[in-house]
Amino acid sequence: MEAAVGVRHIILVLSGKGGVGKSTISTELALALRHAGKKVGILDVDLCGPSIPRMLRAQGRAVHQCDSGWVPVFVDQEQSISLMSVGFLLESPDEAVVWRGPKKNALIKQFVADVAWGQLDYLVVDTPPGTSDEHMAAVEALRPYSPLGALVVTTPQAVSVGDVRRELTFCRKTGLQVVGVVENMSGFVCPHCAECTNVFSRGGGEVLASLAGVPFLGSVPLDPELTRSLEEGQDFIRDFPKSPAFPALFSIAQKVMSEAPARLS
Amino acid sequence: MEEVPQGCPGTGSAQAGRGASCQGCPNQRLCASGAGAAPDPAIEEIKEKMKTVKHKILVLSGKGGVGKSTFSAHLAHGLAEDENTQVALLDIDICGPSIPKIMGLEGEQVHQSGSGWSPVFVEDNLGVMSVGFLLSSPDDAVIWRGPKKNGMIKQFLRDVDWGEVDYLIVDTPPGTSDEHLSAVQYLSAAHIDGAVIITTPQEVSLQDVRKEINFCHKVKLPIIGVVENMSVFICPKCKKETQIFPPTTGGAEVMCQDLKIPLLGKVPLDPHIGKSCDKGQSFLMDAPDSPATFAYRSIIQRIQEFCGHHPPKEEHFLSS
Repeated sequence: MEAAVGVRHIILVLSGKGGVGKSTISTELALALRHAGKKVGILDVDLCGPSIPRMLRAQGRAVHQCDSGWVPVFVDQEQSISLMSVGFLLESPDEAVVWRGPKKNALIKQFVADVAWGQLDYLVVDTPPGTSDEHMAAVEALRPYSPLGALVVTTPQAVSVGDVRRELTFCRKTGLQVVGVVENMSGFVCPHCAECTNVFSRGGGEVLASLAGVPFLGSVPLDPELTRSLEEGQDFIRDFPKSPAFPALFSIAQKVMSEAPARLS
Repeated sequence: MEEVPQGCPGTGSAQAGRGASCQGCPNQRLCASGAGAAPDPAIEEIKEKMKTVKHKILVLSGKGGVGKSTFSAHLAHGLAEDENTQVALLDIDICGPSIPKIMGLEGEQVHQSGSGWSPVFVEDNLGVMSVGFLLSSPDDAVIWRGPKKNGMIKQFLRDVDWGEVDYLIVDTPPGTSDEHLSAVQYLSAAHIDGAVIITTPQEVSLQDVRKEINFCHKVKLPIIGVVENMSVFICPKCKKETQIFPPTTGGAEVMCQDLKIPLLGKVPLDPHIGKSCDKGQSFLMDAPDSPATFAYRSIIQRIQEFCGHHPPKEEHFLSS
C-alpha cells in the first residue's frame, strides 16, 4: 500500500481527555501550516464524533474513488488542504457510528492504507479522546510511514492533566515521539471589562510538559470568535489575526515546523 | 465503502458470520461458530446484583469535555446530601477515569471482601467505583482494546458489592462505542431508569449529542433529559454575561424542541466548578450561592421526580 508514502511529516493530535480542543487545534494547525505555504492533509479518526468536516465547511461532501484508492476531500479551491473523515461516509449527520473496536480498527486501517493522499508536507491526524482501539489502530497503521510524532493537548485543569499524563504514557509505550504539549482554553478575557479569568483553572500545560520532559509549545486562550468561526467553517487564521488566540496558534505552528523535522528524524 | 461491514447482521443473528457483509470482518469466524448467539450469563447475574439498586441513571454525551464527570459527581453529591439516600457512583471511563480526582479519592485502592469488591466511600451514604482505583500510578495508561474494556465493565457491574442503593449513577466516556454498548447490554435485564445527556451550547457538541440520542433510541434507553453545561460565563469582576461557547444553532433548547426531549436545565460556566473538581470537593458545598449551584439543584430535583414517577418494574422493556 503506497498511499501515505508521499507524506513528509505525520503529526497525531492526542489528548486522553475529551473536549480539550484536539479537533480545534488540528484544524487551526492545518490552516496555519497552509498559510505558511505547506500542503496539508487532515485525517479524522474520531469515528464516533467526527467534528472536522463541519469545521472546514465540508459536511455532506462525497468521497470518490480513483485508481490509487479513495480520493480525500479538498476543502479549498486551491487544493492545499485535503480531509478524510468517517463523517463523509454517513448517510445523515445524526447517524451514530455505534461500532465496537474491531470494526473501528478496520476502517482506520483503510483510511491510512487506501486513501490517495498524494504529496503532502504534513498529515495531521485528529484522534478521539482515550487510549484505546482508535489510537492503537492509527499508530499501527501509520508506523510504516515514519516520521511519526504526537502533539498532546490539555486544558489548564488538574482533572485534564490527570488524563493526559496517561496519554503521554501511551506515547512512550508505543514509541511515539512527542513534539510538544499545547495548553488550550487558557483563560478568558472578558470583552466588557478586560479582566482575565482562569475559567478552567491554570498551569496544567506547563506542569504536564515538565512531568514528561517535552517542550511546552504554548497556551491558547478562550476566544468565542474562534469557537464561532469553527462552528461556521470559517478560516480563523485568515479572518481573525487580531484575536488573542491567533498569536498562540501561529507560534505553535511555527514551532511544529521548526521542531518536527529535528525531533522526528 | 463496500468493504466496511456496515450491514453487520448482529452477533446474535442467524446470519452472524455467514452474511455477505461478514466477509473480511475480523470477527467473522467467531460469529460463524455461534459463540455470539448465546446470551452472556453475566446478564442474569447482574440482574440479581442490581435487585438492591432502586434507580439506575446513565450520564452520557457523545461529545468529550462537556462535563459528564463533573455532572455525575455533583448529581451524586446532591443526592447524598440527604443522609437517608444511599448513592453509588460508577465510573466506566476506562481510559480517562476522572471520577477519583473529582471526588477527592485519588490514591484510594479497592478492597475485596467475601461479597465482592467494596466501593470506596466518600461519605457513609456515597460509594464510588472506578478503574482509577485499580491503577498504581497516576501515569499508568489503560491501553485496552474493546473486549478487555467490556470485561472490566462486566466486573464492575457484577462483582462490586454495592449493598442497598437508592441511586446508581454511571458516568461514561465520550462516544457511542464498546463502553456504552456494554453498559446497556449488561444492565439490559436490570432496568435502567434512563439517561441524562450532557452538552454544551455549540453545534460541534450538539452534532455529537444528536448521535448519542440516536444511540439511546436504537438501544431503547429512555432519555430523562438534556443538561446544557457551560451555558454562559458571568465575569466575576463586572458580572456581565458572555457566551464563550456561542449557541450558533440555538443551543440545547432548540435541539430539545426539535427532538421533543426535555431540557432539564442550563448550568452557567463558573470558574469555581473547575477549581472544586481539581480539589476533589463538592462545588455545591464550596459555592452554595452560585447560579451554577441553583441550576444543578433544580436539575437534580427534576431527575428525582422522573425516577419517582417511573418506579422500577419487575419486568421491563429493554431487549437483551
